[in-house]
Amino acid sequence: MAADNRPLSPHLQIYRPQITSVLSILHRISGVILSFGLVVLVYWLASAAAGPAAYSSAVAMLGSGFGKFLLFGWTLAFFYHLLNGIRHLVWDTGRGFEIPEVYRSGWTVVVLALVMTGAFWIIVMAGGAS
Amino acid sequence: MSLRSPLARVLGLGAAGDGTAHWWAQRVSAVAMVLLGLWFAVSLMGMDLARHGELVTWASGTFNTVMLVLLVSVAAYHSHLGTRVVIEDYSRGWTRVAGLVVVQFVHVVLAGAGIVAVLRLGSGG
Repeated sequence: MAADNRPLSPHLQIYRPQITSVLSILHRISGVILSFGLVVLVYWLASAAAGPAAYSSAVAMLGSGFGKFLLFGWTLAFFYHLLNGIRHLVWDTGRGFEIPEVYRSGWTVVVLALVMTGAFWIIVMAGGAS
Repeated sequence: MSLRSPLARVLGLGAAGDGTAHWWAQRVSAVAMVLLGLWFAVSLMGMDLARHGELVTWASGTFNTVMLVLLVSVAAYHSHLGTRVVIEDYSRGWTRVAGLVVVQFVHVVLAGAGIVAVLRLGSGG
């Protein structure tokens, strides 16, 4: 049989999305998003280092509607990647692989990521906790 | 005929050809990022981010300067390890090589620029 004529197993989009597979790809996607966020973090630090004038134009840009939208996305990606990363580190010790445990830890990560993102934004928008 | 023993020839050779070094570095930097990331998030919550002076005062503390330098450099390292895997998974041929080199350059630049910014900020902005 020709190499390009072999029967193929069903590809990714054939399968019903499950929390296991969805959270797995979200870990990678959030990681890539955070890599772009690193550019913004360095830009933010550099603008602050350049002085008050440069910092206020950076704050104006990042504090605009679209800026806030992006920052919110990065915050969500940050907390999701952090929490799911801890989940991965626990798996690396060989624990938590039973299906009910995987589902429970997965939903815990999703809920906690949303709660932490919400709490972070409520406090930051109020001008800081202190 | 090779004088190397069969064991010596396979040591360190996994599917990727470099053993577990990348995998392990990713885990170790992940643990560091959990600590640095949580510290950074909590720190941001304690400040009025619109005020430049407040940020400078905070970043000038020795502990905070050290933590910020670590945050930027470990984040760049961890980010490089991750994007490297993504490129290796999805691209082939010369785009793969070019992508890996570009990603490496970009991360070194980000780490360098970030550290300089933190040090300038930490010494008064």
